[in-house]
Amino acid sequence: MFFPISGAHISPIYLAIVGFLIGILGGFFGVGGSFIAGPALRAAGLDWNFAVGTDLAHIVGKSVVAAKRHRALGNVDLKLGLIMAFGTIAGAELGAQLIQMLKRAGNVNFVVSIVSITVYLGISTFMLWESRKTLSAQKAREQRGPVKGKTAKHDESAFEHVTDAIQRLRLWPMVSLPASGVTISLWVILFVAFIGGVFSGFLGGGAGYIRMPSMVYVLGIPTHLAVGTDLFEIIISASYGTFSHAIKGNVDILIALVMNTGAAIGAQIGAISTQYFAGPKIRLAFVPLPLIGAAIVIYTLVTGHKL
Amino acid sequence: MKKETARTLRAFLIELAVYAVLVTGYFFLVLHFLGEGLHQLEVRHRYTYAGVSILLIIGQAVVLENVTTLLLRLIRGRSE
Repeated sequence: MFFPISGAHISPIYLAIVGFLIGILGGFFGVGGSFIAGPALRAAGLDWNFAVGTDLAHIVGKSVVAAKRHRALGNVDLKLGLIMAFGTIAGAELGAQLIQMLKRAGNVNFVVSIVSITVYLGISTFMLWESRKTLSAQKAREQRGPVKGKTAKHDESAFEHVTDAIQRLRLWPMVSLPASGVTISLWVILFVAFIGGVFSGFLGGGAGYIRMPSMVYVLGIPTHLAVGTDLFEIIISASYGTFSHAIKGNVDILIALVMNTGAAIGAQIGAISTQYFAGPKIRLAFVPLPLIGAAIVIYTLVTGHKL
Repeated sequence: MKKETARTLRAFLIELAVYAVLVTGYFFLVLHFLGEGLHQLEVRHRYTYAGVSILLIIGQAVVLENVTTLLLRLIRGRSE
């Protein structure tokens, strides 16, 4: 099929299948999946600038479907998502400025590669340690006897003591989030969103691989709600990114629309599947995602070929 | 429990087949007609194109989510 905006010939079935796979990941983990979609679009012959912009547009559509489904399951904290959108957009602007600075300095590729590898490996290692520790503690408790009031959404974390200390910080104004069962300083929420935004602007994509874990470990949001709220927040921040890229001529909306036909089904499967897994298991399953991202960057760095 | 899983899987596969037919029609009919218009918009009115792009992707997502939910409900209803 010919796409006149980008001038590319790509099979719509390929696009729908890529969308479907990323949709499953997005619905289950609350990530945009740009670390897979970007290289997949590049592999289909799309220029790098179109791959980045079109991927963002596709993320908007997929996140709408997944967030709608998560909302029906009670997994979206609208208040938290709206507050975070402000921090994310501000952070994304700073991230984009940092990229421009590095471009002028002439070492953008090397610095971005090293930062992203460090971040991806750090997240994976930490989440592997935390989720395994939490699951071992849970197993030990269950062997001693059944746990009362335990449901799939009941969340536990080996990092809880740090999360509790952050929640006890009395930095005015405090924000009550009844949907998540958390009261926390507005500045902490904005800080988490801002950092996610910086990485989004700096490394590209929605940066859900940073925001989702931060929401769980720093803000203390239950994993299921972190996934759903992250998707809702991505709708706002990725829409902003799509608009920004579209006016620069980097978005082929027809490709994004075709990808979204597959993503609509995949995102629903992913979202519904979260109901069958407890928080620590979702976090453990999340571990390979940043590793895939790290592998792609290492490949690019070593071979000099951009995937 | 196994019977329930088998029913869900069967409903899902039927949904996927019906959805694939709908989507194929969508590729060839709607995108074929939209393509040239959007291309012209992208060349001549970049800001309008940016706004229309966001509206299209969100609009399509809402419609597809409703279509898939409706299909699943219809197919499940019949298989029960």
